[in-house]
Amino acid sequence: MLKGCVVLLTVNRYKCCYCGACVGVCPSLALELVETWLEISADCTECGLCTRICPVGALEVKA
Amino acid sequence: MKCDVVVVGAGPGGSMFSKTAAEAGLKVVMLEKRQEIGDPVRCAEGVGKRALSKMVELDSRWIASEVKGARIIAPDGTSIVMSEDKGGAEVGYVLERKVFDRALAENAARAGAKVLVKTRATGLLRKDGVPCGVTAMRFGEALRIDAPLVIGADGVESKVGRWAGIDTALKLKDIETCAQFLVQDSSIDDSYCEFYLGNSIAPAGYVWSFPKGKKLANVGLGVLGSRSKPGEALRLLRQFVDKRYPNGRAVEMVVGGDPCSGPIESTVADGVMLVGDAARQTDPLTGGGILNAMEAGIIAGEVAAKAISAGDVSASGLKEYEDRWRATIGRHISRSYEFKEFFVKLSDDDLNRLLGSLKGEDLTKTDLRGMLRVLFRLNPKLLWELRHLVI
Ligand SMILES: Cc1cc2nc3c(=O)[nH]c(=O)nc-3n(C[C@H](O)[C@H](O)[C@H](O)COP(=O)(O)OP(=O)(O)OC[C@H]3O[C@@H](n4cnc5c(N)ncnc54)[C@H](O)[C@@H]3O)c2cc1C
Ligand code: SF4
Ligand code: SF4
Repeated sequence: MLKGCVVLLTVNRYKCCYCGACVGVCPSLALELVETWLEISADCTECGLCTRICPVGALEVKA
Repeated sequence: MKCDVVVVGAGPGGSMFSKTAAEAGLKVVMLEKRQEIGDPVRCAEGVGKRALSKMVELDSRWIASEVKGARIIAPDGTSIVMSEDKGGAEVGYVLERKVFDRALAENAARAGAKVLVKTRATGLLRKDGVPCGVTAMRFGEALRIDAPLVIGADGVESKVGRWAGIDTALKLKDIETCAQFLVQDSSIDDSYCEFYLGNSIAPAGYVWSFPKGKKLANVGLGVLGSRSKPGEALRLLRQFVDKRYPNGRAVEMVVGGDPCSGPIESTVADGVMLVGDAARQTDPLTGGGILNAMEAGIIAGEVAAKAISAGDVSASGLKEYEDRWRATIGRHISRSYEFKEFFVKLSDDDLNRLLGSLKGEDLTKTDLRGMLRVLFRLNPKLLWELRHLVI
């Protein structure tokens, strides 16, 4: 994906429990957990793996 | 800042490494991105007594309770009791990890390691392409720490390894997605750990209940990532708790990812070693990773001291770590991985048949491995694929 494009992966910060499971499965190193704040970088390819691993359903790839 | 070795992550793996390396005379700096070590917890807190007491002096401040044994419950409700001293090899104490993790970090500090909290490693420093420390963010300010050796003890996220070119990204079939409540309920058995099996309650995983005393228990479950969908772990946990503890009170919530990949190809690179969850050293069958992280931390600490004094921290100079953990932890988790790969395929009928076959067997002196052996004797056909592991 081109840098600067809008990433369609979103995190619901009211749900996220900042556990880091999503970071461990992301093949593109696109996620970074800063204590309680999950950052999504432009390297995200919207593969959706992280959405499936999130125990609470805080991640979503918007169509 | 300059030191001999910089450790990323102050979990049990990072702290045991730091203590061992500092005691051996190395100048150690341990970074932890959280402001409070050990909090929030991502764990069911069960550990075997004997192995723990070999690595750290026991302290009642971080032992929540001691259990007598384990009860395994089949999908049809059949329950099997594994005992006391043997079942206890898997689970004997239920810890208070907020206190435990902090105590291990304090031990490291006492041994001379420098501990920096609210300090997050953000990348590797390199010289001629070889790692020579980390860049970090400390309370909003950039910091560089020069060190010939970097330890990735950064848990399930495992970024240090990937910065160093070791592919630690977990496939969905190699991670359990977990949710847990600390439940208060009068029906909790304070003396036994419970494990509930069943594809509808925890697909390719299990539900656990680890008592913490006074009618409190960590009640949680894991679902294999490849069988999960968004939010599945929490949804199934709510369903289970509503049914099993209709009057229970959830006084704490924990979620997390538990690696179950078995040994990965490499855990060292030039100037880098990985320990604990970062090295995917968790037991794939039980999900237990505290003791393995501690043991790996100790081995890596001993190897670091030799490598630094010999002036060789290249991947080949660090090979002794690779060899030693694979001969102990590695052998164990490879077998567990094969068991896991087999058990995740079983239907509820298979599980009922297996556990049903144990009725009338005396398992009071048996541990998990012993029970698997008995299962194989009673169900050779169903378990044929596993014969090389049991014999
Ligand atoms: C729900 C659940 C239940 C579990 N139950 C059990 C159980 O009952 N028994 C058992 O033995 N094991 C259990 N485990 C596994 C166990 O929790 C882990 O194996 C264990 O914590 C691993 O220790 P560690 O030191 O490798 O990593 P961790 O304890 O995860 O520590 C890693 C540390 O690194 C820090 N960190 C990460 N990135 C950075 C960075 N860039 N900079 C600075 N710091 C960083 C993190 O904040 C964290 O504090 C469970 C796991 C889960 C998810
Ligand atoms: S897996 Fe879910 S709860 Fe955990 S950090 Fe990622 S978004 Fe948050
Ligand atoms: S969608 Fe895929 S690439 Fe994007 S953050 Fe999630 S796992 Fe990484």
